[in-house]
Amino acid sequence: MNLKLVAVAIAVVALVVLPYVITEPYYVNIASQILLYAVFALGLNILVGYGGLVSLGHAGLSGVAAYGVAYLLAAGYGHTVAIAGGLAAGLIVTAGFAALSLRASGISFIMITLALGEIVWGLAYRWISITNGDNGITVNSRPAPFGQPLTSAVSFYNATLIVFLLAIAGCAVFVNSPFGAALAGTRDQPRRMNALGFHVWMIRFWAFMLSGLLSAVSGVLFVYYNQFISPQALALTASAEGLLMVISGGAATLLGPVVGAALVVIVKNVVSAYISRWNFMLGAIFVAIVVFMPEGLVPGTVRLVRAAWRSAHRNRSGRPAAAPIAEPKP
Amino acid sequence: MSFWLLLTVNSITFGGLLFLLSAGFSLIFGLMRIPNLTHGSMFMVGAYLGTSFLSGALGFTLNFWAAAILGALEVAVLGALMERLLLRRLAGQQLAQVLVTLGVSFMVADLCLMGWGGDPISVATPEGLGGFVRAGSAVFPLYRMAVIGIAVVFAIALWLMLERTRLGAMIRAGVDDPQMARVVGIRVSQLFTIVFGLGAGLAGFAGMIGGPILSVYPGLDQDMLPLALVVVILGGTGSLLGSFVGSIIVGFIYNFGQALLPELAYFVLFLPMVLVLVLRPQGLFGGQVL
Amino acid sequence: MSALAVQNLCKSFGGLRVTTNVNLAVESGERRLIIGPNGAGKTTLFNLITGEIAPDSGAVLLFDRDVTRTASRKRTHLGMARTYQIITLFPRDTILHNVTLALLGLSPLRWNPWLTLQRQHDVLERAREALKRVGLDHMAERSLAETSYGEKRRVEIAMALAQEPRVLLLDEPFAGLSIDERRDVRELLKAIPRDVTVVMIEHDMDTALDLADRITLLHFGEVVVEGTRAEVVADPRTREVYLGE
Repeated sequence: MNLKLVAVAIAVVALVVLPYVITEPYYVNIASQILLYAVFALGLNILVGYGGLVSLGHAGLSGVAAYGVAYLLAAGYGHTVAIAGGLAAGLIVTAGFAALSLRASGISFIMITLALGEIVWGLAYRWISITNGDNGITVNSRPAPFGQPLTSAVSFYNATLIVFLLAIAGCAVFVNSPFGAALAGTRDQPRRMNALGFHVWMIRFWAFMLSGLLSAVSGVLFVYYNQFISPQALALTASAEGLLMVISGGAATLLGPVVGAALVVIVKNVVSAYISRWNFMLGAIFVAIVVFMPEGLVPGTVRLVRAAWRSAHRNRSGRPAAAPIAEPKP
Repeated sequence: MSFWLLLTVNSITFGGLLFLLSAGFSLIFGLMRIPNLTHGSMFMVGAYLGTSFLSGALGFTLNFWAAAILGALEVAVLGALMERLLLRRLAGQQLAQVLVTLGVSFMVADLCLMGWGGDPISVATPEGLGGFVRAGSAVFPLYRMAVIGIAVVFAIALWLMLERTRLGAMIRAGVDDPQMARVVGIRVSQLFTIVFGLGAGLAGFAGMIGGPILSVYPGLDQDMLPLALVVVILGGTGSLLGSFVGSIIVGFIYNFGQALLPELAYFVLFLPMVLVLVLRPQGLFGGQVL
Repeated sequence: MSALAVQNLCKSFGGLRVTTNVNLAVESGERRLIIGPNGAGKTTLFNLITGEIAPDSGAVLLFDRDVTRTASRKRTHLGMARTYQIITLFPRDTILHNVTLALLGLSPLRWNPWLTLQRQHDVLERAREALKRVGLDHMAERSLAETSYGEKRRVEIAMALAQEPRVLLLDEPFAGLSIDERRDVRELLKAIPRDVTVVMIEHDMDTALDLADRITLLHFGEVVVEGTRAEVVADPRTREVYLGE
């Protein structure tokens, strides 16, 4: 237990000092991107990993929030109103998604969320009077919370880091709560949970809302980071990339989505400088992980490390090492 | 008046094209219980390959039809290989299979970008079909009528295959009850490979047929896949009649939607799909709930 | 007032009549055994009683309260608990967590997203108590996947009893158990206090027979014979159902 706390403390410290150690703004910006996509992936994972409901429409949710912010700013409102409006829009659309898609599960759920995401994308693309269509909406300024401007790469990183830490702490609390346990139960045995007295639909609905809230938050960060929003950010490929982050890192873990986000962002930005076909790589990595390491990088690596440790101990003492106790719940 | 008539003909044409695209998707979905997210990619690859054959990639130029057929065959082989090498390893894990098709679609899209570049490629109408047909004051492009004809021919051919051949009987058995089909001795895993290849090939063929109308460009796969999805959800998975009717319906909604309500075009297109999924998940004709 | 009553219950799937005019009245504290050959509709009857499927006609009453249209999760809150023929527990979790979930199902705590479950000592203690009652508290931290089939059955019974039900429905509790495991479960069931009404479906007559006060024999979805143990065993129709046809 203490080892875990120490590891977390070290990680937090590392993240805090990062922009002062890696001073190149390009890399600090990459770090900001990783963190904001990590928030998105954490949100998606609440539904996918803990709820067992795979959504291919979540980019629509973050996109609505992003468009909400951009639209309100362009209409002349201040940042506070814009952010509140963006989050509210994201939550309202999330409730709509949930109400429609939670009548199904499994493959049907994937298809309904895909269709809903396409509807939102189509509206962003075609409702030119509101969204400016393919030209997108530009955001001219970033907010200055408590008087601190966020124009520099480092300042924006720090703001994003705070949001990320709050998000992951919130997720940690949620996952370890009774409601989190109930959600995981509905993933594994929905029929049994119903028989035990749980309201399966309502549990899934609130998990969806939490997931939508995190997606909306990441959408707000996204639009301020890029200072621009266009329909491309809500396309099916964007939702698919989010899913890629969750699956590749490891669904139903807290670290998994973060690792997955880092993987995807690094491949897209850094690797693409050296290898021009990053989409191909992304797809190939995804396929490889689904086929060979379906539990994702985080649990998969843990499994490999354990197996290596066990065989090392076996070699040393000549006796088989004790079998591991149940996988610790993250 | 002739505006509406032309819109109607275009809708039926587009419906025909969608049928060629979706019939395979529907069969794959009905038999293997997964939405094949590479289907749009297969459509696009068939079109790209066709354009290469047309312009002499093999050392000699092929005519339109030969290019379409050869492209379709190549795509069919690619589809069969994907099923054999990737999907079969994940037999029984539908979610994983869907994710694999998603990943492969990313890979294929990028490979096409590598192979054919980022500019749209227009496809010339095949010889003899470049003219127009007159009906009173209305003028219809001959090729569009031909597409309707091709779709009908394929619909009949597929129907005959499903109803009259042994392969078709096995496919229908697999769609209705895969467990039972295995028990009766049908080699279901081999069937999967054949149907996946067939579906991919049909999509590839459709891509080339659609070439003179849509041309070929990066992102064509992302444009066509959702349409196939809507058709199959409306019409019912595993149902040929459903694909046919669904394709016509979507053809109309798509064209009329674009013309009359351009701002809400996608809303109008996907809303019926969402409603069907929510209210009648087995589609208008399909018997099998997703 | 009966603890559990079923009146003229009917259910068809497609053209198949699975439950035909079933009437049942189980008194408070009674041990009722439901028997019948395969396909007699026993599990369907259970599903109708718990509300997992809705009847075509008829009524289900719990302590004289009409629950026919009540959602199945609400029936659990009203005091109905059940076990399943096939083990449907949570293999990824410890057996303690499995029982904890059963306790949470009836607790308002299940909606709480900010407290830490592992610090809710009162709930965890009650879960341990429930495991002690079935003799499994020494392996509370073991993952369910690493327990034997017999142990899983006992966990399931612990979960059902932890919910302090007024009516307990057991669907083939002895299925798949070895002779020793059967004996353990039989002792467990015998030890259930009489303020719990027990209705049990069972195939294995040797083990179940002396647990029952009254027996109902189902065949093709209809009640064929009903009465005390002696009456049902002696009735010629019983032999007909099992040996004839």
